[in-house]
Amino acid sequence: MIELSDLGKRWGDAIAVEHLSLRVERGELLVLVGGSGSGKTTTLKLINRLVEPTSGVVQIAGIDHRMLPGHELRRRIGYCFQQVGLFPHLSVAENVGIVPGLLGWPARDIAERVDELLHLVGLAPGEFCARRPDELSGGQAQRVGLARALAARPEVLLLDEPFGALDPVTRERLQGWFARLRRELGTTAIFVTHDVVEALLLGDRIAVLHAGRLLQVGTPDELLARPADAAVAELLETPRRQAEALARVLGRARA
Amino acid sequence: MAEQLALLPARLAAHLELSLAALAIAALASIPIGVRVAQRGGAANAVLAAASVVQTLPSLALLAIMVPLLAGLGAILHGPLAVLGTELRGIGKAPALVALTLYGMLPILRNTVTGLSGVDPAVREAARGVGMTPRQQLLRVELPLALPVIVAGLRTAAVWIVGTATLSTPVGATSLGNFIFSGLQTRNTAAVLVGCAAAAGLALLLDQLIRLLEVGLRRRQRATIATACAVLLLLGLASAIRPGAAAGGRPVAIGAKTFTEQYVLAEILAERIRREARLPVRVVESLGSTVAFDALRTGAIDLYVDYSGTLWATVMKRGDPPRERGRVRDEVARFLREEHGIEVVAALGFENAYALGMRAERARELGITRIAELASVAPTLEIGGDYEFFQRPEWAALERGYGLAFRAERSMDPALMLEALVQDEIDVLSAFSTDGRLAAHDVRLLADDRGVIPPYDALVLAGPRLLAEAPEAAAALAALDGTIDAPAMQRMNLAVDRDGASPAAVARRFLDALGDVGPP
Repeated sequence: MIELSDLGKRWGDAIAVEHLSLRVERGELLVLVGGSGSGKTTTLKLINRLVEPTSGVVQIAGIDHRMLPGHELRRRIGYCFQQVGLFPHLSVAENVGIVPGLLGWPARDIAERVDELLHLVGLAPGEFCARRPDELSGGQAQRVGLARALAARPEVLLLDEPFGALDPVTRERLQGWFARLRRELGTTAIFVTHDVVEALLLGDRIAVLHAGRLLQVGTPDELLARPADAAVAELLETPRRQAEALARVLGRARA
Repeated sequence: MAEQLALLPARLAAHLELSLAALAIAALASIPIGVRVAQRGGAANAVLAAASVVQTLPSLALLAIMVPLLAGLGAILHGPLAVLGTELRGIGKAPALVALTLYGMLPILRNTVTGLSGVDPAVREAARGVGMTPRQQLLRVELPLALPVIVAGLRTAAVWIVGTATLSTPVGATSLGNFIFSGLQTRNTAAVLVGCAAAAGLALLLDQLIRLLEVGLRRRQRATIATACAVLLLLGLASAIRPGAAAGGRPVAIGAKTFTEQYVLAEILAERIRREARLPVRVVESLGSTVAFDALRTGAIDLYVDYSGTLWATVMKRGDPPRERGRVRDEVARFLREEHGIEVVAALGFENAYALGMRAERARELGITRIAELASVAPTLEIGGDYEFFQRPEWAALERGYGLAFRAERSMDPALMLEALVQDEIDVLSAFSTDGRLAAHDVRLLADDRGVIPPYDALVLAGPRLLAEAPEAAAALAALDGTIDAPAMQRMNLAVDRDGASPAAVARRFLDALGDVGPP
């Protein structure tokens, strides 16, 4: 569904992404994981051309993504990011309906779709439609952000640390909810996170990035069983080390 | 007060028209520039810097600069503009509009830039991310979010423009400033109050209307937006319908500088033309001193009274004038005719010379009757002068001729200067010899015993257009030659300054008493 071939991005002399080749199958969720500066967010923006590549090709459904003007491409790709970026001067309903509006859907279709989506993300339309973004909690805002990304029924969804700014309880609840939702919708998605636990829980496959290069890509089991190098191994070890440390703390607390 | 209120509708309408036009042009120019500056920065920042420089200029100076600038531009563009059946004049609405527009641009420009650059980068990225074109990003997201800040800039600009528009009177545009300028000069407190109150009220009204518009836009209340727009539109329409604007021939325009005598003389000229030549007339009040001559030269006004010594120094730019009245008058008349096609149609008879005055009692104490006797005590005294005085060649001549060096020199409003003298806050003042208030306040004028102050014959000047198009008007005025002596002028000035008579009434009384000196 999405194919990146030898993709590269430089800012002057600085390399953000280099020689990146990846395939994401239809209906698959690929997690890009890595530390800050690993190029994972840039990779995401290269796909919807918020950032233009300096080299390489991106194909979506077999078509070079430069065939469409940038804004038309982005209307077909759902995009959801950590700061949410809801438009503060628009109501929840208007925020969710923005892309269908840009695509010229009739007003009645947009209204129906907004209701449908608010149900889907678990917000009662009657209660939330007219609200302003500043009247939402963090978790509610992120659900609205996701509804906005899904509004025009995109075949591809890009998510940039969507749960990163949420408190742990809300994050865990939204992660579980998102995993179920995505399986229902069957949307192809690329999900960026620096949280290895999140990557292991959500990803069909995981791509590990470091300094703009792809270190390894595979299913969680493959990566855990056969890490390609020490860096990947150490990254994947983090949750286990944390779990062991946590077990000791919990053990002491019980003792 | 009733007399002042009768003038209110016309002046309010003119003021409103000028302010709304300046605000509209400033907004239409500044918002797009502001958008560009916010998006590109770089060279566009120079515009912001230029607007800031304009803002630091004193507003009165900015208005005054526009007069020669536009007159020059008008001369250059004379041909093409004539084809369009119009002309660009250095005085009147054009310089006021340009200056007010420039003045109003900075707050709108700055707030547009501030408002746009204050938009959350996450929201900006989201706008791109959902697939908006750059234009949609601007119109649907960035401008709506920057709107409250931009509107705040509009409100600031509206208040500034309405306030500053009162200063457009000296460049020949009618405004509420006419009340303030003429009121201050003729000590008519009611006029000043009417002018200030009306200007303040107008500023508040515009401010609130724009606020209402913003609230409506932000809450998307159609009714509120419609109300605000309707009231603004009504105001615009009301200002465009000029009360008492008569159709027909272009009236003879008579200029007056910013002091009582000039108002009275302008009314005398106007009334005389009305009675004898039966032509429509218009008095353009409160022109700056050099603005008046430029206005006559460029045809923006047709007539005004100036003084031979002033013309010698500021128009002919000649050094020491001769002391003989007749010689100065003749040379000035020849120069004006040859250089500018301006005719001296009458010498009214009196002189209004610069003089130095002291409180009579103080002068007696110090034993001073002549300027020569002032020199020895001058270092312990303060002198007040009108805005021009210390820059004038007459002052240089006095300093040089008598060796005057005062403890301090203060430039002041002439009307306030007399108060200051009476209160002993200054010791000596610059005065005009025909000022009726001097005698009334027991001020003694010191004799110019060495004769360094040039003669200041009051001359009626007529511009080339009037001479060509309405010679009968010039003829009607020629009969005023020698009809006003200094005591008569002092009495007329005092009637306005102390007794609160209107210049027009004083002028009518004078012409009634003058009787039939009609043209041959």
